[in-house]
Amino acid sequence: MFSTLDRKLFRDLNRMKLQAMAIAVVMALGVMILVMMGGLVISLEQTRDTYYERYRLAHVFGPVARAPRHDIARLAAIDGVNAAIGRINGSALINMPSSEIPIQAQIVSLPNFEKPKINDVYLVDGRAINSAQEDEILIIESFAKAHNLSPGDTISATINGAKRNLRIAGLAQSPEFLYTAVPGELAPDDKRFAIIWMKQKSLEAAFDLKGAFNEALLLISREANLTDILARTDRILDSFGGFGAYGIVDHSSNRFIAEEIKGVKASGKAMPPIFLGIAAFLLYIVIARIIQSERQQIGLLKAFGYTSFEIGLHYMKFIMVIAVGGAILGSIWGIMAGRSFASIYQIYYKFPFLVFQIDPATIIVGLIISVITATLGGVFVLRGIFKLSPAVAMRAATPPDFSRSKKFGAFLKKLLDQPTRMIIRTLMRQPGRAAGAVIAIAAGMSLTVAMIGIMASFDDTIEISFGVIDRSDITVSFVAPLSSKTIFELQSIDGVQMVEPIRNVPVILQNGLYTHKGAVSGLLTNPELNRAVDPDYKPMSIRDDGIIIASAIAKKLHIKAGDFLTVNVREGIKPVLHIPVVGITETLIGSPIYMQLDKLNTALKQPNRVSGAFLKIDSAKQAAIYKTLKNMSQVAGVSLASEAKQAFQTIMDSGAGAMRFVMAAVAFVITFGIVFNSAKIAFAERERDLACIRTIGFSKGETAYVLLGELGLITLIALPIGSVLGYYLSFAAAQAFSTDLYKIPTNIVPEAFGTAALAVIVAAIFSGWLVKRNIDNIDLVAALKTQD
Amino acid sequence: MIKQENMLFLVKNLTKTYGSGDAVVNALRGVNVEIPAKELIVLLGPSGSGKSTLLNILGGLDRPTSGSVYFKNENLSTMSEADLTRYRRQNIGFIFQQYNLIPSLTALENVELVTEISDDPMDAKQALEMVGLAARVEHFPSQMSGGELQRVAIARAIAKQPSVLFCDEPTGALDSKTGRTILNILQDINQNLGTTIIIVTHAMATAAMADRIIYFSDGNINKININQQKSAADDIEW
Repeated sequence: MFSTLDRKLFRDLNRMKLQAMAIAVVMALGVMILVMMGGLVISLEQTRDTYYERYRLAHVFGPVARAPRHDIARLAAIDGVNAAIGRINGSALINMPSSEIPIQAQIVSLPNFEKPKINDVYLVDGRAINSAQEDEILIIESFAKAHNLSPGDTISATINGAKRNLRIAGLAQSPEFLYTAVPGELAPDDKRFAIIWMKQKSLEAAFDLKGAFNEALLLISREANLTDILARTDRILDSFGGFGAYGIVDHSSNRFIAEEIKGVKASGKAMPPIFLGIAAFLLYIVIARIIQSERQQIGLLKAFGYTSFEIGLHYMKFIMVIAVGGAILGSIWGIMAGRSFASIYQIYYKFPFLVFQIDPATIIVGLIISVITATLGGVFVLRGIFKLSPAVAMRAATPPDFSRSKKFGAFLKKLLDQPTRMIIRTLMRQPGRAAGAVIAIAAGMSLTVAMIGIMASFDDTIEISFGVIDRSDITVSFVAPLSSKTIFELQSIDGVQMVEPIRNVPVILQNGLYTHKGAVSGLLTNPELNRAVDPDYKPMSIRDDGIIIASAIAKKLHIKAGDFLTVNVREGIKPVLHIPVVGITETLIGSPIYMQLDKLNTALKQPNRVSGAFLKIDSAKQAAIYKTLKNMSQVAGVSLASEAKQAFQTIMDSGAGAMRFVMAAVAFVITFGIVFNSAKIAFAERERDLACIRTIGFSKGETAYVLLGELGLITLIALPIGSVLGYYLSFAAAQAFSTDLYKIPTNIVPEAFGTAALAVIVAAIFSGWLVKRNIDNIDLVAALKTQD
Repeated sequence: MIKQENMLFLVKNLTKTYGSGDAVVNALRGVNVEIPAKELIVLLGPSGSGKSTLLNILGGLDRPTSGSVYFKNENLSTMSEADLTRYRRQNIGFIFQQYNLIPSLTALENVELVTEISDDPMDAKQALEMVGLAARVEHFPSQMSGGELQRVAIARAIAKQPSVLFCDEPTGALDSKTGRTILNILQDINQNLGTTIIIVTHAMATAAMADRIIYFSDGNINKININQQKSAADDIEW
């Protein structure tokens, strides 16, 4: 049976249920973020790994111009290689009636008869391709859904210059294409990029590759040396026009997924401690004040002969119910939130399955932190009370010493009325307690500032990327590097206001042991439409005496401006350049590499070549311009800035960045919880005083003013402090949300401070209103009678 | 002189000061007193004269600044915190002017709070019956009158069958009729259970029912009267 003290515990909890719940909820939210983020990271990683393994995703990709199929055996014979196949990987354009511009597609071959040994596909709908039907395809499910295509439908496509009608046999997914972006763009867009699978013999015919392949896929054993295998693969493929083999880590889809998971992981590591820390701090303060208010009962229990241990245990149970309750509630919420996020992520990452896995460590950590902070809050105060003799503890605390505010007495009297002086003196007599309340509210506010700042920062990323760095309306890519005359051809289209050339060439940058695989963009010396910018987002000139790299690459390669870099160009004559880094560019999206266009062409010994162009157009004539572009045979792809921007917005809203909405909401609830608790505790502590001043003739309004004025003043003091804390927290938050794919700048917008301040004030007014109802309803007789 | 076997408390040169510097208060200034067992003793004096301070030290609620206090040959002033707790738990009952009941516990539970940790308590209900509250056992403090609250406090104090019952202004917050009832109960306990009762009060009239009256003034004992003709609590004039 329960002891009498346990019964006291239940009744005390019941009496303070609102407050206990508010504290538990704040703690629960901190734990929720921890459990949710921790679980999502594990779930994403495990799902990806399982998916890769089950569908035998290649470990090494070896693009090549044209290699004889029988040479696959040489690749398979490399030490550490478990399996090797050759396939055909090309591009196509799809003409969808719904789209003004041709849609780009990647088209890859499947073995004629057997199941693919490497890079298998997951058939979602329909059936596999019938080998007898030359024009049958599988198409990626996401594209089919975006265009309402089903098995049985036919699409029109241009493959290697020839128009074909392709019949969709089935819809598929593949671990190779979790992320599918229009070439040259970073954000995936289901509507504007398709993946098509066809039988090998159909594509051999289409690309004139009979008996040959243009991409080798290798599966290697776990203990194999990747660097060694890449080198040996290159040696074999080089004679057939190899472009440089690379491992799965450099595969664009995998890189994107890895970065996204890294993003979830980074914010999963950085954000929960912030939330949990603030929640824990609040728990500490509240528990400390609750225990303080029990001082007389503690003295009484001691007088009866209860030991400090017994009393401590009693209050610890009280604290534990709140702390453990909060942690359990938080774990449940975290699992629920994690599950719903997992279902969003499953669609976003195109996983065929994604089961939210609970990371038990996060639940344990959440529980331990809740229990420890609550215990500390209790232990410190209990120790203080235990130090008092029971005779002293049992008495009401000695009247507080107001002498500290005495010297201001005369001065205050001239300026302020009696109730206001009471407020000021209350704050001055217990500066520690006032400071605790101020810091708690400020901490809550800082969280809101940082989270609103993050919202604005995400918008900034889009604005800077599509308003400052890339100011073009259309990006055109050509089927192959063409003569710069093509630029004049584009210039002559009616409505095209400006054309700027670009040449993209695949490269591997090397600085000692560090390498980076990417593409260098050859730009004009002073480009107008697509620019490199410095850390202040001011345009940079593209100097012809070196290379400009993104800050992320500089970091990865451990290199700084002025250092020499080895550039392995993987196209044409494949020159190897040793050139200085002449500038570091700041980008928010992607990791570009820039060289002066003529300098790049000279290095390749291909003067006046361009691989694409940026266009600025008259929007009134865009339909006609699109039509002209659609019919130009040199054009491999057209991408619209507006659509790319939209696609990017989508990834930030549904990927790792989506977490910001949840965190902003949680930040607000925590802020509210802190303010509400501060008001509620202040009322509990002052109930007798308030009843007393009501008795001597103060009106309800004046009485409320004494308490709410105190809350108001504390809130006002907290606002600037919360702003300063929020300023610094914004940097941490921006860092936590940045990934290698996109960077979130720290944006200190006035709205963040204004909105957060408003949130705190609204929370204070609402809490004040709740407490005012308590003040109005004080039972004067009961409150004044005695403690009993 | 009190015979050794009858001696309950022996107090030697007891001082107690609070605060420091200008604000120093000498609550007790070298008190010497002997208190025998089984008597009903009244400590009388104006407020601030040191009587409550002595009671707190005798009850193990507070420690002296200097001097010594013996309870049946045990020196309270040198006891550890744990020993003092055990001393209170086994021997002492308290009754306060402000009742000091736990508001979230019923009358019965307030008594059980003490019986649960006592070695040889009486039944909690029986204790409440003794103070005439058999019908109110399930009531919470907020549902009872001042006199009833003080009777719960008495029941709570006697339920553990203490050897000493300390009462600090037990009737201070009560009207005369209720106050008389309380004193009656205390007198019954002293006579029927043989519990030593030490009452701190500034109501002179209470002295009439005491075996021994100790007069306090300015932190010291003025005189000690032994009452040859005790009055019944009912006969006390208020």
